[in-house]
Amino acid sequence: MNNMSKPRSATPTDAIRASLKKRYARERRFQWYGRLAVLTGFVFLFILLADIVSKGTPAFTQHYIKVSVDLDPATLGLPAEPSREQLYSADYLGAIKAGLRAMFPDVSGRKEKQQLYRLLSMGAEYNLRDKVLDDPRLIGHSSEFWLRAHAEAGSYLKGQIPAGSPEADRKVKDLQIAWLDQLRAEGRTESRFNTTFFTQGDSREPEMAGIRVALYGSFFTLVVTFLIAFPIGVSAAVYLEEFAPRNRLTDLIEININNLAAVPSIVFGLLGLAVFINFFELPRSAPLVGGIVLSLMTLPTIIITSRAAIQAVSPSIRQAALGVGASKLQTVVHHVLPVAMPGILTGSIIGMAQALGESAPLLMIGMVAFIMEVPGGVTDPATVLPVQIFLWADSPERGFTEKTSAAIMVLMGFLILMNAFAIFLRRRFERK
Amino acid sequence: METTTVFLVLILLTVISFLTGRKRSHAVTSGQGGARALHSLPKHYGYMAGLWALLPALTVLVLWLLFESSILASIVKDDMPGELWQMSESEQGLYFNQVVGYARGATDADMLDPAQIVAGDHYRALAESSRVIKALLVFVIALLGALLAIRRIHPKLRARNHVEKIFKWLLFSCSLLAVLTTLGIVLSVLFEAIRFFQAIPIADFLFGLQWSPQTAIRADQVAASGSFGIVPLFVGTLLISTVAMIIAVPVGLMSAIYLSEYATRRFRAFTKPVLEILAGVPTVVYGFFAALTVAPFIRNVGEALGLHVASESALAAGLVMGIMIIPFVMSLSDDIINAVPDTMREASLGMGATMNETIRKVLLPAALPGIVGGILLAVSRAIGETMIVVMAAGLSARLTINPLEAVTTITVQIVTLLVGDQEFDNPKTLAAFALGLVLFFVTLLLNIIALYVVRKYREQYE
Repeated sequence: MNNMSKPRSATPTDAIRASLKKRYARERRFQWYGRLAVLTGFVFLFILLADIVSKGTPAFTQHYIKVSVDLDPATLGLPAEPSREQLYSADYLGAIKAGLRAMFPDVSGRKEKQQLYRLLSMGAEYNLRDKVLDDPRLIGHSSEFWLRAHAEAGSYLKGQIPAGSPEADRKVKDLQIAWLDQLRAEGRTESRFNTTFFTQGDSREPEMAGIRVALYGSFFTLVVTFLIAFPIGVSAAVYLEEFAPRNRLTDLIEININNLAAVPSIVFGLLGLAVFINFFELPRSAPLVGGIVLSLMTLPTIIITSRAAIQAVSPSIRQAALGVGASKLQTVVHHVLPVAMPGILTGSIIGMAQALGESAPLLMIGMVAFIMEVPGGVTDPATVLPVQIFLWADSPERGFTEKTSAAIMVLMGFLILMNAFAIFLRRRFERK
Repeated sequence: METTTVFLVLILLTVISFLTGRKRSHAVTSGQGGARALHSLPKHYGYMAGLWALLPALTVLVLWLLFESSILASIVKDDMPGELWQMSESEQGLYFNQVVGYARGATDADMLDPAQIVAGDHYRALAESSRVIKALLVFVIALLGALLAIRRIHPKLRARNHVEKIFKWLLFSCSLLAVLTTLGIVLSVLFEAIRFFQAIPIADFLFGLQWSPQTAIRADQVAASGSFGIVPLFVGTLLISTVAMIIAVPVGLMSAIYLSEYATRRFRAFTKPVLEILAGVPTVVYGFFAALTVAPFIRNVGEALGLHVASESALAAGLVMGIMIIPFVMSLSDDIINAVPDTMREASLGMGATMNETIRKVLLPAALPGIVGGILLAVSRAIGETMIVVMAAGLSARLTINPLEAVTTITVQIVTLLVGDQEFDNPKTLAAFALGLVLFFVTLLLNIIALYVVRKYREQYE
């Protein structure tokens, strides 16, 4: 046997057999590289989402502190029979401060007192004012009020400050922590759902900042975008698919559409700035201009997807319509477009989702202003959700990091809804 | 009259014209057997009348709105005393904005000087008459159009053909908008860039090694008007894009290969959409992630290893940009690998090659041009990406290729130069447009090359 095997080992089959092991090992390795690549993508996605959700979730709750406030007309600076205006401008802050001092009588010194007042939000006095305006009978009595906590104090109550971190590293000082612990032990702190986040505009104080203005701005901008981009995009797609002759001009249009799809979005912002704002002098920061710019940006997407949808309509439908005497335009409007509409809508929704998440061109046309008032129309100054995220991300306060992540969660929620709707449309009509 | 009202009345006029046109088509055939004597359906005569009422008037309205404020401003400025022209251009802008603000009731009179109040009243009077003239003009044109169309209605008039011709022209002009947009981009960017190059020689701009536009802000320093050398910006942009590509290309390409050649159908159907979520995440979210999570993480790791890492390192921005581009590379490579004919795969496998040998020695060489094209497209995406770098990359232009240092990019500089209040008279803001021009042409060039390569490659196997 031994004698026989020796010469055989020299044959090509054996050489191949010997190398097979190596080749299979390499094959397995290669497959693992592939799995690793897919896994990397998953891991990145997971980290991104987990980071945002874990940072943003606390922003949906807001802590309140129960303070007993003596609404003595003297402290409030009110006469015996106060009018509504006098009630509106009374010194609630003074009353709150007095209430806090009464709860912690051993606090003395300017600095300590200031720390004590900083447990509550700057908005606490407006809280109190609104409650008094609702029920003026509160005046003259001492009662317990739940008042909004300051962002830093809230951050401690939410457990975001690690125990044992050096005092210099945090905004909540040791004294404040002691007070907050005491308040918590007395059941005077409470966590509630943060409605302010959805009902208020931007603010310098994180605990009072909300996304309402940005939501309205995004809504108006998207409406303008849709009203411009959808009809024009569909018309252009219909023309290019059904009517365009094969000539140089058509080629030029097609090349332009493909190139526009790849132009960086910020360049559209430059266009908007130079043409609509400087040349035509349309209002700055307005959803009108934002919508026009975004519609130019999303047009290529809508045109390309609409063309694909129109192309997918079976020629037999066109031939049948033409055969019974419909004109070309009637064929398209009555027969081709209705069949292609789900596809067109899917593409348009995806285009709108793109526009909703876009911010770079809007920075160029001045939609970065600090705006507290809800815009009433498309020419009022406004900001949009992604730009609000950008603005908050720049703020150093911890409270804003939380708000930014929460705003991102809201934005992504809308995007997921839009995309899910697009997928639903596609699935539903594909089956037909 | 408010613009909205004008518009609504115009729509009303259109509807009335439609109804009148349709009625008239019945009337003209009353003696000849009714609607059967008509060339087209009665509604087509209605459409015709409606379109004639709407389109010319709407065109006039839009043009009027677009040019109204600039024409008003120039008339008022011409009538203002000469002292206005002794100020710098930016002060003029501010001064005139106060006039407009006063005219619109937004600025109080006691903040202004008498000349401004006179001009403001003038502006207000002009704006008032402009509003009246606009409304009258639009209505007259709408009525004239409708009247003309309705008078032409006759049983032999080919109203349907007429309407369809108008519609075809409308469709055509919609598709022409793409060309107009490109033209608008090129012209607006070019126009401002030329003004910039009048102040800064083009060679200094393209080959200068220094970028510090901030010094140009002082008007009295005309000679020392900052330095506008684009080279550091270019290097910074390329550095960040390179980091992004180093992440995105291997991950994207290998995922595409695995998903198209190895994965089961079910795994693929689940995995692809999930990874494509990465493409749908808004860039501002990536920017936030890069600035607040990735950059501090890299900095901490670097410091633990004893390296000096800038807090706005190119590595952080590039890494996150790479994550963003993964699905882009993946779906492009996927298309291209799937376009390689199955016969080539089967031939290779039939010869006894393993799958990975087939992929590396047959599929990839065959798909290479297409993949290169796809990568070029991805590079152009990376170069034009704005929000990630604005939020996570630095502001100061450093000429370095060390990814641990902070660099700045073309898009960051465009944003920093243009965000906030600005005047259009100094090189600082105009420089942004010159940068925009460069950005537009670089990405355009990359796209054209990429599309050409991809198309050539597709033809090869079709």
